Amino acid sequence: MAYPPAARSSPPRQPSVKVILASADVQRVVDRIAHQILEKTQGAADTVLLGIPTRGTPLARRLAARISTFEDVAVGVGVLDITLYRDDLRRQGTRAVGPTELPPGGIDGKRVILVDDVLFSGRTVRAALDALNDVGRPASVQLAVLVDRGHRELPIRADYVGKNIPTSLAESVKVTLAETDGVDEVKLYGGSPS
Amino acid sequence: MIKHLLSGADLDADTATEILDTAAEMATVAGREIKKLPALRGRTVVNLFYEDSTRTRISFEAAAKRLSADVINFSAKGSSVTKGESLKDTALTLQAMGADAVVVRHPASGAPHRLANWVDGSVVNAGDGTHEHPTQALLDAYTMRARLGRLAGLSVAVVGDVLHSRVARSNVLLLSTLGAKVTLVGPPTLIPVDIAGALAPATAVSYDLDSVLPNVDVVMMLRVQRERMNDSYFPSAREYARRYGLDGPRMRRLPEHAIVMHPGPMNRGMEITPEVADSPRSTIVEQVTNGVSVRMAVLYLLLGGNNR
Repeated sequence: MAYPPAARSSPPRQPSVKVILASADVQRVVDRIAHQILEKTQGAADTVLLGIPTRGTPLARRLAARISTFEDVAVGVGVLDITLYRDDLRRQGTRAVGPTELPPGGIDGKRVILVDDVLFSGRTVRAALDALNDVGRPASVQLAVLVDRGHRELPIRADYVGKNIPTSLAESVKVTLAETDGVDEVKLYGGSPS
Repeated sequence: MIKHLLSGADLDADTATEILDTAAEMATVAGREIKKLPALRGRTVVNLFYEDSTRTRISFEAAAKRLSADVINFSAKGSSVTKGESLKDTALTLQAMGADAVVVRHPASGAPHRLANWVDGSVVNAGDGTHEHPTQALLDAYTMRARLGRLAGLSVAVVGDVLHSRVARSNVLLLSTLGAKVTLVGPPTLIPVDIAGALAPATAVSYDLDSVLPNVDVVMMLRVQRERMNDSYFPSAREYARRYGLDGPRMRRLPEHAIVMHPGPMNRGMEITPEVADSPRSTIVEQVTNGVSVRMAVLYLLLGGNNR
């Protein structure tokens, strides 16, 4: 009697990793956003950049530095911690609260640009808008992100986008920055192996 | 994070530091126009007070409200407790009402521990008998860190009625965990034998305030409970004030940077003179302000996640 050949076990699939932006690309993208901010705000007067921790903070600082290089204008920079405003606080263990630091002069009457690394569901930005409400009354609020990966769950869009990356929900986007992780890079994890 | 806060001994150095760091962030809310955060929206905090304490109850109430929690104040006076309801039945009632946290003040040492076995929510000890008062110790530690920049290596004298003081006990436990050296000072009748060794081995005991003062960074005066003044713990109120009261000349023997603390309420002229209490070295008013921030941090860290 002939036995069917044993099913050949396929090698375990390695999750695919794709570098979307390398270090030089990240710098170019930051420069471009800085130029766009200057163009759209007509000189970035009365503008404050607020980074959303973790990686929004160094991005906001870089943008402010580039803006002052390009136009010789000093832009206020701060940090907006959104931990206590998240809508998923009860779904996870307790999250550590971080500092909120506003630039001298606060944000009242200013044009505030929120800065984050990845725009995904929009819930982080919603929390940031709530947090902003409690620390002052800006004249207007804009949003700058390094990467927009889609899949919005709220009606939120960014004013400045470094790179649009169409993703599936099975994929994840990971941004690393020199200040927090030692290297500037944007990687896409979990897509179909190329 | 821990589920209950019943004793200063519940906190290891990392957890205690996390609470103090979180309190520092919470303190920034007090400076805002809108002193409110949404973190505990939909949660219910019950203040269950079997003893009168306006200061602590209001502090917890303000903390819970600033975090948007619903607050129910339950005081034993005029409640079903006077009709004979037991602590356990009260606990089960609170449970049925969906209390997420119970802040309890009770004249019996150990009552919060018992309560923690009966309710699903978190229990915070807001003072039990002569046992402990951990959030007071946390706010004291926060105040020391804010004024002196550190806790590790600090030398702290806790002066007065250690025997009856839950504040002293919680402070010895917490400050030792955080690396400060505590010396308990008072008449021998008010310092239980071997309390230092039982609480934290590095704790020292002295019966002579004047010899301790030149070497400390912090002097924490405890309230002398007036109701005990005529007991035989010490000869008279005047005698006590002369040997263990902090007055101007004694304060000037402290190092330049040293601070004076008191958990309140004070007996002015007894353990502390008005000159000392109102001096720039005194942190008594700051301690009250810091109490709200620290209690916000404790409630947030106990209730902010799904840690149950």
